[in-house]
Formats: sequence, structure tokens, C-alpha cells
Amino acid sequence: MMDTSNIPTSPPEQRLPDESPPLSVVGPIAWLRANLFSSPLNTLLTLVSLLLLALAIPPLVRWGLLHATWTFPQEVADGARNASRKDCAPGGACWIFIRARFGQFIFGFYPADERWRPILAFILTFGAVAGMLLDRVPYKRANAIFLFAILPFLAFWLLFGGLGLEIVPTRMWGGFMLTLVIAAVGIVLALPLGILLALGRRSELPVVHLLSVVVIEFVRGVPLITVLFMANVMLPLFLPPGTTVDPLLRILVGFTVFTAAYLAEVVRGGLQAIGRGQYEGAASLGLGYWSMMRLIVLPQALRISIPAIVNTINGSFMDTTLVAVVGLYDFLNIVRTGSRDANWIGTEIDGFVFCAAVYWVICYGMSRYSVHLERKLDTGHKKH
Amino acid sequence: MTATAMANSPVPATAPEVMISLTEVNKWYGQFHVLKNINLSVDKGERIVICGPSGSGKSTMIRCINRLEEHQRGKIVVDGIELTRDLKKIELVRREVGMVFQHFNLFPHLTVLENLTLAPIWVRKMPKKQAEEAAMHYLDRVRIPDQALKYPGQLSGGQQQRVAIARSLCMNPKIMLFDEPTSALDPEMIKEVLDVMVELAQSGMTMLCVTHEMGFARTVANRVIFMDRGEIIEQNDPEEFFLHPKSERTRLFLSQILHH
Repeated sequence: MMDTSNIPTSPPEQRLPDESPPLSVVGPIAWLRANLFSSPLNTLLTLVSLLLLALAIPPLVRWGLLHATWTFPQEVADGARNASRKDCAPGGACWIFIRARFGQFIFGFYPADERWRPILAFILTFGAVAGMLLDRVPYKRANAIFLFAILPFLAFWLLFGGLGLEIVPTRMWGGFMLTLVIAAVGIVLALPLGILLALGRRSELPVVHLLSVVVIEFVRGVPLITVLFMANVMLPLFLPPGTTVDPLLRILVGFTVFTAAYLAEVVRGGLQAIGRGQYEGAASLGLGYWSMMRLIVLPQALRISIPAIVNTINGSFMDTTLVAVVGLYDFLNIVRTGSRDANWIGTEIDGFVFCAAVYWVICYGMSRYSVHLERKLDTGHKKH
Repeated sequence: MTATAMANSPVPATAPEVMISLTEVNKWYGQFHVLKNINLSVDKGERIVICGPSGSGKSTMIRCINRLEEHQRGKIVVDGIELTRDLKKIELVRREVGMVFQHFNLFPHLTVLENLTLAPIWVRKMPKKQAEEAAMHYLDRVRIPDQALKYPGQLSGGQQQRVAIARSLCMNPKIMLFDEPTSALDPEMIKEVLDVMVELAQSGMTMLCVTHEMGFARTVANRVIFMDRGEIIEQNDPEEFFLHPKSERTRLFLSQILHH
């Protein structure tokens, strides 16, 4: 409507050139001033933080790196005797404890000759998961079929044995491998189960609704340790007499249901954020309940819930350490047990630090990926 | 009810096909009686504009036609299918009845093209390529083919509403329902949406439109319905309706919306 051609503008030769901003606005000094010394309180906090770091970091570096023992003494390397705590310098970390016990920390009591099986299962799983998570890798559909339809059976066969492979009963599984098995199986099964429970809780069918509420509220009202004990002791009571259930399987059932109940509430939060308009838009096009949920509602609800879902999964991953109470040797438990060995008395701290580092790397990785996923799935509709 | 439509086309070769019929329809929200004895019959190709003050039940009425709202008494038959609790029949009706909402209700996590092809692919089981071709055809018709790969959040309100219209048309519906399609738009975008709707009306689509755009009613409607407090107060062809409203309530309403 408005004709802009008549508005007078200054001729090009009179326009001011662009100047670079003053140094007080950009550059490292400006950054320091804005972020670390913007107010007296901020300055105080910065100085106190620097002081604490100065107190904490040098001893840590001395203990963990400079004074630490990294290599075996010559006679141990030659196989003349076993290593022990006495081979470590006092005042430094005893990393040879980790090296000496590394195989057991990773595989538990899995026979040494068969350890290629969990390694192969891990490589296959890791490859397939990475293929799914990285955007650049093609063949997502084939990859998904392999990951969800073939790999579970393949991995079970590799780990457990049978059909030509020596059977390794689950009581011999342990260490990091057991932790990964519990976390992977538990979380992979818990997410769909949690989504179903969340949908069930919002269902208009009274029986489905009631059942979902009972499961969610019962499981959430009980500590995981209790659930694990119950799964261990009570699950066999519900089955016909004479049938024995593998102890690991009992724990997996308990762990999955527990994680699912928490995920259900997280997903329900996401579902509540989806407005009625989305349901009506989908319904008006003739989509049925399951198509509507799968194509319209869940993709949006899950995207909103990513931080909370990753938070729950993170927590569940840590909670795998609780299986120690029913006598399973997960990663943390086997490291602690190792440091109680007569040869290694006094290595608890070294073991804990090692465990903490491993758990931290995995959880931090998950959290970084979730940030990436949130950005990737952001289609800009938050602006409206 | 069909008297006016009959009067407009003096010698119908065959009896007009009834697309929608509401008989003695009643609906309550709790204690509140929203629809009172609604009787309405819509012939194929008819273009009906429904107006009335807010809370008069006009949106509720058209939302009953594709069962986004459930009626509690009376009978609604759409394209020969009676609407009951039967979910299969409801989904059948919804395939044939497109709906455009005040707030567009586009799917923000899908591109414009995916918004358009979703229902043809999953409900009509159309091959993806064919669905995309149809989608591009309708995007062309609503004049935004260049926005196909954007997300709804990147479009203006008027563009979003045109996408919503195209999305409904992709299902090749026999009836289109419009629930205040221009009420949430900035003034300068109303025209682009109305233009698309006028074109659609000229193509012979059966349309029911809840709107206060009286210019639109004048140009395209062959019947205007006035509702108040859950009742159909008056229905007439647009000329008569605007020039000689029969009831006092209609007159009052018209004077309020035409002279603001």
C-alpha cells in the first residue's frame, strides 16, 4: 500500500561506513567482565571458586597422575608372581589394581576363552546403535530391523550360548558387561512399556485406565530395592510350581517395570502438553487412535519429554548398581569386591574413582546426545 | 428447509442429493443445553454460512457433523452414514468430511508437504509419490507451492490456514466444514484465505462455514443460517437474510456486526 520509492534516503556517498565494535563489547576482556566480574557478588564468587579450584586440583593431579602407579613391577610383568597393593607407591593412585583385575571388571566370571562372545555382541550393538543415532549413516530402516528384530536374539545367543556355543549360565555374567545388559534390556523394554502405560493412564476406557494407574502408582510407591527383592522372591510364586526362573531374568523384569513406571509419568507430562487442536486436526482427517498417537501425538510429546526421559534413563543406569543387593556382581559391585581381596586391601578409593569415571563418561555422553537431539528435532514451532 | 435451494434452481433434473441431515439434534454440556432441536438438511453442492453471537452453538453444530462433538439426542446422517458410537463409521465419515479450524491445527513437527500427505498415505493408503503429486496440486491451488518443504511454524497465519485448507482437500472430501477460519488471522491475511474459499465454492464443493465475514456470505452462500442460544432462529438466501431479516434477534445481531 505504502509506496516507499518517494521516501528520501541519503545518497550512498554520504552514508556512514560500518565500524567494528569497541573492545569493551567484544573480545576476551569483555567476556571476562560480563561473565565473571559483572557485580561485587559475582566477583567474590569468581574469586572463591578460583581459590577452591586451586586447593582441589593440585592434590588430585598429584594423586591421580603424578604419584600414581601405572605399570607393573618387572617380576609381575615376567609372570613370576601376582601383583598386589604393595607394588603401588604410597600417596598415589594404584591403577595397576584396575589393570590386574580389568578382565574381571569387564566380564565378571565369564570364562576367559569365551570372552570374544560378549565383545562381539557389544561391537554389534554399539555399531547398530551408533548407526541409528548418527544422522550421516544411511540405511536407517534396515538398521532398525537389525537392531530391534535380529540383534536381541543374536546377542542372547552369543552371551548365553547353546546351538554349538558353550553355555555360560547367567550367574557367571558380571562386571561392566552385566551392567550394560541390565541397562540396555531394561531401558529398551521400559520405554515402549512406559509409553503404553502413559497412554493407558490417559485412556477413556476405565479398565485400561485403572490398570495403568495401579501399576504406575504401586511401582513408584516402592523403592527399587524392594522391587528387586520382590522380583527375586515373589515372581517364582506366581509361576507354576517346579518352574525355575533365571535370577537375572527376575531382576530384569523388576528393573524394567520400575523404569517403565517412571518413564510413563515423564511421557504423560509430554502428552499433556499437546493441545486438543492436534487431536482434532488428526481426527478430522480420519486417523484412528493408534495412527493419531504414532504419527501426530507421540512424536511431539516425546520430543518435549527428551530432557526428562534422558534424566530418567540416566538415573536408571545408575540404579543398575542396586542389583548388588540380590547378589549380582555388576560393575560397581565387582570392583568393590576386588578391592576387598587380601592382595588389594586399601584400593577402595582407586576402584570408586575408576567406576565414577566410567559412569560419568557414559552419562555425559547420553546427555550430550539428548541436547543434540533436541536441537535437531526443533522445527521452530515454539515461536508461536 | 430445501425450499430456498429449490427456488434457486427451478427445474432440478433429479431430486438433489442430501449430503447432511440433522433431525431433532440436541446436545448438552453437563447441565447446559447447547443445541436445541436442530433440524437441518444440506444438499450436494450447497454453500451454507452459519452466523450468530458467540456461545450460540454454531461451532458445536458443525463439529457434531464430523463427530468431534457427540450429540445426545436426535439423528445425524452424513453422506448416507448415521453417526453413532461406532468408531468405524465415524472414521468413514471423517474421511469424506474435511474440516478447517480457527487455529489451523497443522502438525508442527511435519513439513507442509508431510502435513498434506499424511492422511492420504495412512488413511487412504495412497502410494507416497501419488500423494505428493496430489499435495503439490492442492498447494498450487492455494498458491503456496514454494512453501512445501517449510515447517508450519515458519509460515504466516494466512499461509498456515491455506495449508490447512489444502490438507483437507488432499483427502478429496465431499463436504468441507469451516469453523471460523479467519477469526485468528491478522486483517491483511483474511483476504488471501477468503479468496481460496471463494474458489473452492465455485468448484461446486458442499460447504458449511461458520464465519462473520458477511461479504463472503453475500458472494458465495446460497443459504445463511442464524443461530442464537442453541437454536436455528432463521435461515434464508443471503439477499433476503441481509435485507429483510425476519426476527428481531437477527436484526439486532446484523446491526451489531455490520456497523461496528
